[in-house]
Amino acid sequence: MLDDFFIRALVAGTGMALIAGPLGCLVVWRRLAYFGDTLSHAALLGVALGLLLQVSLTLAVLAVCVGVALVLLVLQRRANLSSDALLGLLSHASLAIGMVVLASMTWVRIDLMGLLFGDILAVSLQDIAIIWIGGGVVLAVLATIWRPLFAATVSSELAEAEGMNPARSNLVFMLLMAVVIAISMKLVGVLLITAMLIIPAATARRFAKGPEVMAVLSALAGIMAVAGGLFGSLSLDLPSGPAIVVAALLLFLLATALPGIGRRKRRENPGTSGGQA
Amino acid sequence: MPHSGENLPMATSVSEKLVSLRNAGIEREGRWLVRGVDLSISRGEIVTLIGPNGSGKSTTARMVSGVLKPDEGRVEQARGLRLSYVPQKLHVDWTLPLTVSRFMRLTARLDESAEIHALEQTGIAHLRHSEIRNLSGGEFQRAMLARALARKPDLLVLDEPVQGVDFSGEIALYELIGKIRDEARCGVLLISHDLHVVMAATDQVICLNGHVCCQGTPTAVAASAEYKTLFGTRAAATLAVYQHHHDHMHLPDGRVRHADGTVTDHCHPDDGHHHDHDHEHDHEHDHEPGHEHGRDEGKAGTKNAG
Repeated sequence: MLDDFFIRALVAGTGMALIAGPLGCLVVWRRLAYFGDTLSHAALLGVALGLLLQVSLTLAVLAVCVGVALVLLVLQRRANLSSDALLGLLSHASLAIGMVVLASMTWVRIDLMGLLFGDILAVSLQDIAIIWIGGGVVLAVLATIWRPLFAATVSSELAEAEGMNPARSNLVFMLLMAVVIAISMKLVGVLLITAMLIIPAATARRFAKGPEVMAVLSALAGIMAVAGGLFGSLSLDLPSGPAIVVAALLLFLLATALPGIGRRKRRENPGTSGGQA
Repeated sequence: MPHSGENLPMATSVSEKLVSLRNAGIEREGRWLVRGVDLSISRGEIVTLIGPNGSGKSTTARMVSGVLKPDEGRVEQARGLRLSYVPQKLHVDWTLPLTVSRFMRLTARLDESAEIHALEQTGIAHLRHSEIRNLSGGEFQRAMLARALARKPDLLVLDEPVQGVDFSGEIALYELIGKIRDEARCGVLLISHDLHVVMAATDQVICLNGHVCCQGTPTAVAASAEYKTLFGTRAAATLAVYQHHHDHMHLPDGRVRHADGTVTDHCHPDDGHHHDHDHEHDHEHDHEPGHEHGRDEGKAGTKNAG
């Protein structure tokens, strides 16, 4: 059955959506969308270095993403630049270095469009194995650190005071992000990974009463987007990566336009949660 | 109500110490937010921090909680201490779907009855399934307190726990805190502006203004006529306490007027510790009761009759 390229794409995309869902929620809650972008741009540098050193591209991407995440942690503590400026610096510097390295390797012919926008229809059985095993590990780790990670998302100070270790949770979370980006790069490409983290989570927000529910709904929304995008790609002959993202966007718009439950929640109560005096 | 009358053997009372700060201070960008803090909280004791804005109350609470590591001095928590913290500010982002019930379980696993019991104690059991960001300010404070209580802590650190709560609710919550202390025998560190309400249940008051200005039991003071005049208005409250205890006076602008009439920016400057010297000098030659300073851990708890 897995001989069919379409089925392979569906299985791979489902695996990606399952991990992107919960992690995407954390990205949205923690306002880390730009961090996701930075890591995915750094992935291109990983590809370039992987080709240069002739090692597994997935491993090279993973290593570079982890490296960039750690550099960011260090710079945030030391430098006098705001986080978004640091992210912009790392993001575009690694993208530019990646392009320079790729261009300098005249002996390598590389499909740049495939890197930027992914090629989910070309996934191999080995890719699927990497996605599902890697994804399983990511989900298992995430489940283990979920409580402290979520507590630190609500209030790092409170989590720290009550015996949790926000610094460790944050570090693990950043590493998980790196793994997800390394895994998803081949499917939707470096430019669209962040979309798969954010759009399904944003879609799920409206229907979720609790964080865990939102994580699950977000994964489901991601799977629907993958399926919809792939079918659209097949029937209308569209590029598959962008088609998946467009499908995710359509789902989001549909969810936003739906009347009912969402409306009541919109009733904002100013000064509620802050407790600001 | 104060526990000073208990005759615990020395060893026990030492082991009952939940947290102690020794000469602890936090420095940021070359400025000491708070310095030279000596305090300890024992099981069953309510310690209240008072002081003007920017006097280091919250910073001290964060040191006690272990959120901030002191840049000077030491903070020691009892081993295996279970601490509940109610921060002064907590913002729940609108992207976060969070009900009161899930918020209660933020850092601890709870069974349903414990959760409902804590919510009933603070009077918001009916809001259990509401979203946090739809609560009013007062309701949110009750939810924070309920969450802290439900953990069954050894030590409760409450940074302005009743802000935004109406007056009758405020009294009820302070009574609840006192009751929890009595029943659960936990220690409480309380930061509050509402001295007139807090004082009755407090075992020890510590006045901060960048350092420990004074500390002692409030009950003797609270019973006296002076207390009523001194604490009659909230505005006069903090200032009055300093005046009452010390040879120097903290002016409203944060400067300090000393006994000899000189005015300095701080009573604990970074350089020569001249303030300390003043006080040691005072202690040698001036045996007025209640004239002790935060540094004198051994004498802490002296009545502040005056």
